[in-house]
Amino acid sequence: MRIAILGFGSVGRGIARALAEKDLGIVVTALADSRSGLIRPEGIDIEAALARKEETGLCGESGVAAPDIAIHADYDCLVEVTPTDAVTGEPALTHIRTAIERGKHVVTSNKGPIALAYAELQDAAARQQVALRYEATVCGAIPLVHAMQEGLAGNTMQRLYGVLNGTCNFILTRMSEEGLTYEQALLEARELGYAEADPTYDVKGIDAAIKLVILANTVFGQKAVLDDVEVTGIDQLTPDALRLAEEQESTIRLIGEIAPSEKILRVSPRIIPKTHPLVVEGTLNAVTVETDMAGEITLIGKGAGSTETASAVIGDLIAIQSRHVQGS
Amino acid sequence: MKLEMKDTPGQLVAALKPISAVGGNIIAVIHQRDTLSTAETLDVQIVLELPEGRLETLLGLLKEQGVSVVRIGEQRLLHQRSLILIGHLMHTDLSDTVDRIDQTGFAEVTEISLVMPAINEPSSARITVRSVDLADMHRALDILRSVAGQKQILMIEPLEAV
Ligand SMILES: NC(=O)c1ccc[n+]([C@@H]2O[C@H](COP(=O)([O-])OP(=O)(O)OC[C@H]3O[C@@H](n4cnc5c(N)ncnc54)[C@H](OP(=O)(O)O)[C@@H]3O)[C@@H](O)[C@H]2O)c1
Repeated sequence: MRIAILGFGSVGRGIARALAEKDLGIVVTALADSRSGLIRPEGIDIEAALARKEETGLCGESGVAAPDIAIHADYDCLVEVTPTDAVTGEPALTHIRTAIERGKHVVTSNKGPIALAYAELQDAAARQQVALRYEATVCGAIPLVHAMQEGLAGNTMQRLYGVLNGTCNFILTRMSEEGLTYEQALLEARELGYAEADPTYDVKGIDAAIKLVILANTVFGQKAVLDDVEVTGIDQLTPDALRLAEEQESTIRLIGEIAPSEKILRVSPRIIPKTHPLVVEGTLNAVTVETDMAGEITLIGKGAGSTETASAVIGDLIAIQSRHVQGS
Repeated sequence: MKLEMKDTPGQLVAALKPISAVGGNIIAVIHQRDTLSTAETLDVQIVLELPEGRLETLLGLLKEQGVSVVRIGEQRLLHQRSLILIGHLMHTDLSDTVDRIDQTGFAEVTEISLVMPAINEPSSARITVRSVDLADMHRALDILRSVAGQKQILMIEPLEAV
């Protein structure tokens, strides 16, 4: 199978490294970052591209841009891993629309287009008989979408709740374990590279809310937008509050929750017994799904990271390869 | 709450065992021979405390033991939720916040732990609300949510399996 990778940052390079190390039958025919691009129908030398990016900051030649690749390059599947824009979804949304209209499959880790335009993109993909997959948009390495759409197919999803943001979970873990203030724990998260310079999206619960919208629309069949989610972040939490929870063998975690029967779509800090399976440490993510046949299923794993997110993207690629792409 | 059951002699133990099995706490066992019934039957009244949501399990276990429950008495303040409040709790009159629940008549605040912070910093408190049934608990929490909203208090609710 031939793929084009748009975005050569943490995730894009994680994918490239895995493809270089493993013989997965996947050939990269095009590649772009924000300032350069490369089109090689016979296949790009991945090691060389990684080295070039490292040395020069460019993965290819200036003058070749991501939109050109989406429109003109030869590929079976577009891998869209540029930065998330939660408001416009761009430039990813245009890249993805273009690929689908050309009858190409799409795999993305980009939350923007899936949260904003899933129904439209899925309709277009169905019309063009191509696959649109987005496992990496929610909970990094955890095969959550896969588990719900395929492993649990036929079940009615009754409720989903879990820890969807590793940065908040890290901060709360540190506040609870060390009695740190919110500000101290955030500083530590920054120093360790777990929090962005502008942590607003994470700590205000917006990132978790976007993931909740994706799950509501793709797995629960809703038509939710970000504004439908009731969101409370963790930035007002005090060490005293954690201590009060502690006194009852509990702690506080930021929980995203979908409960269609009660019309609940919310992200909020919650008191939770320490022995609860969703109480995971550090940057881990954890999600429980309640279904009618399978009962409760809880998945725990790494919610971010270069290789971890690449794992989810590659899982999607191989699913497409085995189902749709012949002779690869 | 009070359970009233018909029992045959010797089976009292069989009736009491499931109560501890579901984590219940027996407060009193009152049994008297029912003058109207045959000699093998006796009326037993058990007053007990049960953790939330265990009543159904208990009734099932009792049935398995061949104990029939004749009547389930009044259930008092069966449901309990602990919440954490963060904000300017004293400035916004914490006792008024608590009163709003106590005034309802169907729920009450049974415990408050307040941590006083440095001056002008938000304070944190844990309060425990009890109610007789689940619908009342939901009503009480709705009231607290709206009071918290008005007073700009952050209310942290438990994640309980519904
Ligand atoms: N990192 C994670 O753990 C993780 C987990 C789940 C999902 N995601 C999502 O995956 C996506 C990629 O994340 P990341 O961590 O890899 O981000 P990143 O490290 O910031 O990399 C983004 C890449 O996209 C390139 N880019 C930016 N604008 C572009 C444009 N207009 N056209 C083409 N390329 C462009 C950047 O180019 P330059 O190299 O030239 O700057 C960079 O190579 C994001 O949507 C993110 O939300 C990430």
